[in-house]
Amino acid sequence: MSWPLYEVFVRGKRGLNHVHVGSLHAPDDEMALRNARDLYTRRNEGVSIWVVRASAITASSPDEKDPFFAPAGDKVYRHPTFYSIPEDVPHL
Amino acid sequence: MSFDNAYDAITEDSGDDRQWAFGTGFDDPLSGVDRAVPGEVSTSDLSVYCLMLADDALILSQRLTEWCSRAPELEEDVALANIALDLLGQARLLLARAGEVEGAGRDEDALAYLRDEHEFRNVRLVEIDCGPGPGGDFATTIARLLVFSTWRLAVLGQLAHSGDPVLAAVAAKGVKELAYHRDHAAQWTLRLAGGTDFSRERMVAGLATVWPLHDELFTPHPVELALPAVAVDPSTVRPEVDEVLDTVLAEADLSRPRVSPLAMVGGRAGRDGVHTEALGYLLAPMQHLARALPGARW
Amino acid sequence: MDAELEREFDRVVDAEQRIEPRDWMPDGYRKTLIRQIAQHAHSEIIGMQPEANWISRAPSLRRKAILLAKVQDEAGHGLYLYAATETLGADREDLTTKLIEGRQKYSSIFNYPTLNFADVGVIGWLVDGAAIVNQVPLCRTSYGPYARAMIRICKEESFHQRQGFELLMTMMRGTDAQRRMVQDSVDRWWWPSLMMFGPPDEKSANTEQSMAWRIKRHTNDELRQKFVDMTVPQARALGVTLPDPDLRWNDDRGHHDFGELDWEEFWQVVGGDGPCNRQRVAHRRAAHENGAWVRDAAAAYAARRAGSDAEEVA
Repeated sequence: MSWPLYEVFVRGKRGLNHVHVGSLHAPDDEMALRNARDLYTRRNEGVSIWVVRASAITASSPDEKDPFFAPAGDKVYRHPTFYSIPEDVPHL
Repeated sequence: MSFDNAYDAITEDSGDDRQWAFGTGFDDPLSGVDRAVPGEVSTSDLSVYCLMLADDALILSQRLTEWCSRAPELEEDVALANIALDLLGQARLLLARAGEVEGAGRDEDALAYLRDEHEFRNVRLVEIDCGPGPGGDFATTIARLLVFSTWRLAVLGQLAHSGDPVLAAVAAKGVKELAYHRDHAAQWTLRLAGGTDFSRERMVAGLATVWPLHDELFTPHPVELALPAVAVDPSTVRPEVDEVLDTVLAEADLSRPRVSPLAMVGGRAGRDGVHTEALGYLLAPMQHLARALPGARW
Repeated sequence: MDAELEREFDRVVDAEQRIEPRDWMPDGYRKTLIRQIAQHAHSEIIGMQPEANWISRAPSLRRKAILLAKVQDEAGHGLYLYAATETLGADREDLTTKLIEGRQKYSSIFNYPTLNFADVGVIGWLVDGAAIVNQVPLCRTSYGPYARAMIRICKEESFHQRQGFELLMTMMRGTDAQRRMVQDSVDRWWWPSLMMFGPPDEKSANTEQSMAWRIKRHTNDELRQKFVDMTVPQARALGVTLPDPDLRWNDDRGHHDFGELDWEEFWQVVGGDGPCNRQRVAHRRAAHENGAWVRDAAAAYAARRAGSDAEEVA
């Protein structure tokens, strides 16, 4: 039984966006996060990690000039609930 | 990237490249720390105490590296190597401190490579083969890591307030690392116990293998008791360790193995340099090359 | 339709832009990439073994830490590369099966044994050095995910190479026994390192198409020459002798001439009869098979948890 594929996003330092750094396999979300830490931030590259099942990502069609890329209704990261805001951040 | 200058090309755009060199954690945990031994402390006791803490980390690190290229999945290979690297880093700082306090000119390598079996001060739990060798498997490795890291985290948590500023600094760094090791072990304990019938069986067996060495962790050695403001009396961390282990076991629907503690030898065990037969076999390859070429620098 | 897509693909490649996972691409391009990246990933994973062979025996704690971190990096490189193949529709489990069943290759260099500790340094200097010469151009390869993985890998490899060279310098300044170890190691690894660039151009089946697709950017012989020219002065600085009586500077060519490689040995090792082929594959197979119950356990646990979460919601 093989583990599902996860995509990994790392915030390199405060003030920057999370960027896609690669992928990995893990049995579940918790282990994916831990594996991502070991694999993609073992040289202290990141301050925050997101992992998401590759199968949960909806993407546009091939060509990057595709009209899909104009309005972005399908992009998870445009949804406010996608961002995890630390509890101590006021006014959000 | 220019092909004509491959080496420059690789390192272009890189103001600070040290992070690529190796391992994690490039901040020197001891920068700015006062290395003087506090006045009232016996240097010989302090040196021995540093060896105890160092040897626990060194020997377990050596055991964990046996998984390198053999882990159940590549991601886990990376994770176990990280844990081994953390422990090796702790061992090096502590051995250096032991040598410095001893004042006999022994550095970390002299202490790691030129001491004999009976001079090692580690608890016996870290030296036994828990896999990938014939003595265990991944579940046994996880069982040992769970017990060890829970215990060491509790000890280092107290040691972070040690009267020896160097030990306090090493412990403060180690606490963060051990918290991760403990979490890793706990996560795997849950998965193996709650996975398949076979994995549950292996987890139960793994705990039964390591549990006889659990009591020794809380048995104070005279040196630990002789350094009241500096060292941690391991008997004092027992309630915390028990509580954490019981919580993890309960969550995994496991119970403590019903096994008796392993006897000592005339009242002596790992902390006194009286080990299992496994330690000699671990040290022989580890020390062989360093001893084969005396005086060589590496 | 396909002709139009192919024209667009060619335009992107010719313009030195990157092909991305969901772009249309010719079947041959996809297959060539999967084969090449998988082979590269397998090489990283199999390549852990000859060096891991010395972790337990590393003669100083500093060297032990460096070596362990280096072998760990190789696992990481393998993972980045397997991930790149998965963007092309390959499956890591399937690729691993192909590796342990001997249906996919990895770099032949790792079928040579590591016999003394200087091998750790020489692998860093020569083997990682040759890999860098091979790989730096791949940072500009036409397939985006592969190029991005290679940038990260090359960064890490450059330090692998430096640590190797530094270890050798330290040993060369050490005792006679240490110097003998280094020379012995160089004698064994020099020719296999040159073989890492693959067969001579006229015998290389895939070069031409791969160059056109900009998967590959230089021919085997160009890269091999480049490596020799870079390495000769480094060997001199180190004080070791490269085991080739025909090695000398050629003013007319502006390059070093060097002796003929033992292609018979090369094909023997590629064909599965190198000193360590069977051992390396058996080791990888054992790790994979012995780990199956652990992977199954974690998957079963995740499935059970997902099931009970669903019940709670319902």
